[in-house]
Amino acid sequence: MYRYDQYDQQIVDARVEEFRDQVKRRIAGHMTEDQFKPLRLKNGLYLQLHAYMLRIAIPYGTLNPAQVRMLAHVARTYDRGYAHFTTRQNMQFHWIKLEQVPDILADFAKVQLHAIQTSGESIRNISADQYAGAAADEIADPRPWAELLRQVTTFHPEFSYLPRKFKFAFTAAPGDRAAIRWHDVGLRLVRNDAGEDGFEVYAGGGMGRTPFIAELIRAFCPADRLFSYCQAILRVWNRHARRDNIHKQRMKILVHDLGVEEFTRQVEEEFAHIATLGNDPPRAEFDRIAAYFAPPPFETGLSDEIDRSDPDFALWVDRQTAAHKAPGYAIANISLKAIGGIGGDITADQMDVVADLAERYSFGETRVTHAQNVVLPHVRKADLYAVWQALVAAGLADVNLDLVTDIIACPGLDYCSLANARSIPVAQKIARRFADLERQQDLGELKIKISGCINACGHHHAGHIGILGVDRKGTENYQLLLGGSGAEDTTLAKITGPGFDEDGVVDAVEKAIETYRGLRTDGERFLDTYRRVGMEPFKEAIYG
Amino acid sequence: MADALRFRTDTPADEPAVSLDSFLDQDDSASVRIEAGDDVRRLLPVLDRVRLVEVDFPRFRDGRGYSSARILRESGYTGEIKATGDVLVDELLFMRRCGFDSFAPDAPLDPDTVERLLTIYPHVYQHAADDAVPVWKLRHG
Ligand code: SF4
Repeated sequence: MYRYDQYDQQIVDARVEEFRDQVKRRIAGHMTEDQFKPLRLKNGLYLQLHAYMLRIAIPYGTLNPAQVRMLAHVARTYDRGYAHFTTRQNMQFHWIKLEQVPDILADFAKVQLHAIQTSGESIRNISADQYAGAAADEIADPRPWAELLRQVTTFHPEFSYLPRKFKFAFTAAPGDRAAIRWHDVGLRLVRNDAGEDGFEVYAGGGMGRTPFIAELIRAFCPADRLFSYCQAILRVWNRHARRDNIHKQRMKILVHDLGVEEFTRQVEEEFAHIATLGNDPPRAEFDRIAAYFAPPPFETGLSDEIDRSDPDFALWVDRQTAAHKAPGYAIANISLKAIGGIGGDITADQMDVVADLAERYSFGETRVTHAQNVVLPHVRKADLYAVWQALVAAGLADVNLDLVTDIIACPGLDYCSLANARSIPVAQKIARRFADLERQQDLGELKIKISGCINACGHHHAGHIGILGVDRKGTENYQLLLGGSGAEDTTLAKITGPGFDEDGVVDAVEKAIETYRGLRTDGERFLDTYRRVGMEPFKEAIYG
Repeated sequence: MADALRFRTDTPADEPAVSLDSFLDQDDSASVRIEAGDDVRRLLPVLDRVRLVEVDFPRFRDGRGYSSARILRESGYTGEIKATGDVLVDELLFMRRCGFDSFAPDAPLDPDTVERLLTIYPHVYQHAADDAVPVWKLRHG
């Protein structure tokens, strides 16, 4: 994992002091709330329904044990003993006092964590494939590039007052676990015939009220030119985006309005200029960063056998582990989707357990996934049983990765001041209805995603089944969507028809799922059946 | 308008800045005003007769002016670039880095806060229009 050197540390420490200064000026009344708001947002501090919420960046979703323990410490000391992993692989604390924020940030700085650019109109935390560095299907670990880009886009003077938020995502695998085409810019590391690394660049994706899937604007951007190319994109957008309507300022709208060809032409023109300025860090800097991401010292000669004599353990292994590039190792997924719980929530004590397990069994690495689960990326197969037993003891051994109860739900009306409807209770009701593991296994991969309003933080557009909370004459109402995907076969979900109340939408989900069961052919997932037969049979079952 | 904050030693241009269109029309003027939506690249062919560019910030959240300033500096312009309008003290460092070297904000800035905030960061991560050296260069010489 990357480690700060003295420069990184001094910059983060300076940010803590700058924010301390800003909070002081705000509390002293030298700044209006209007003036303070964008400053606190650039540092991840939101004012929610009941309290301040603080969002901590977890670059490309990677954490070491000291960091996990510090997250636990802050949850215990300044919050209510738990916290929440988000769909951007970040962590949020929902019950924070303004005057304590500078001290919290100072604590985080000690373990090389910060809240820089985790909200506001800025370049947000860069996300990546949660299996990076471990996945059997990747060409290389994309995180060194993500870290390089993180650094050069931190406090970028030209791009700190952008038209809206801006999100990068990285992958290096053909299978897309990072939903790259739902980002403003999605980057896939590829290798050309000459053996050189570069990126496929996708631009103009995003959810929200006007969802767009990012389009390929460059098939091969030489890796050493990545920063210049990204600056070209950002500059075209910063200069030409609308500034008169907050709902039309995301880059996806500009790409759509100009057309992808014209947008690309402008980016290429700007790139031709910027690439001459000498802004790109040299290869030596990439090599310096990449050294921190060198593969851990995997043991060789390990057996791939797993003792499956405990049936509960066997169920967990089959569902929660994934193929690792090193023989004898597995990627272990820890579910944060306990039936009836709040997806993504984790207690301080559970965080400590995760930190211990990472230290003992996973070369000190933990990952956060955009589906709000946690990963131990490098576990010896022989250790899986011990890991599982510890997870059982901590209440973290649920078996539901990518199944119907592995639901993404945004905070919704329980926390969020923008919400139309609650998301968490809907997720809980669906999870309870499908709690039976055999039924879940039978249904196979099925991704339900729930947003409490059109801002789509719960990614409903990308759900095999999506649910969107709307306000209908002052009451909470839910629209149902089908057919979305955030994987390499990215698609946008479509609305089925008129909305439902809370119980109605749970029933409608069940009807859609039963329709799938009736129509599926061997091996077909819900999404495959929907794509094959279309919306009609589902509509009939739901509304007929 | 409060007193201008200036980081240059030459004599300020004393004539009022004119709009980009007028500036391009009349060749005796040396001061031009760039609105947030203006395409600053239209100035590039006539840069040698510009002494002052005022870049207006209609709202502090409108960041187009940062790109305008950088494009001017990247094109070799060494004259004055003044930020006017809704310019807040917490933005000054970014503006300085983008090439602004004078400020005439709508509301006055507290000089102590300016001083503190302009020097708060010991290092930067990237090249810009100032002479700050990015950390990757410090790391590799
Ligand atoms: S989708 Fe809407 S309700 Fe849910 S967290 Fe985002 S803004 Fe809030």
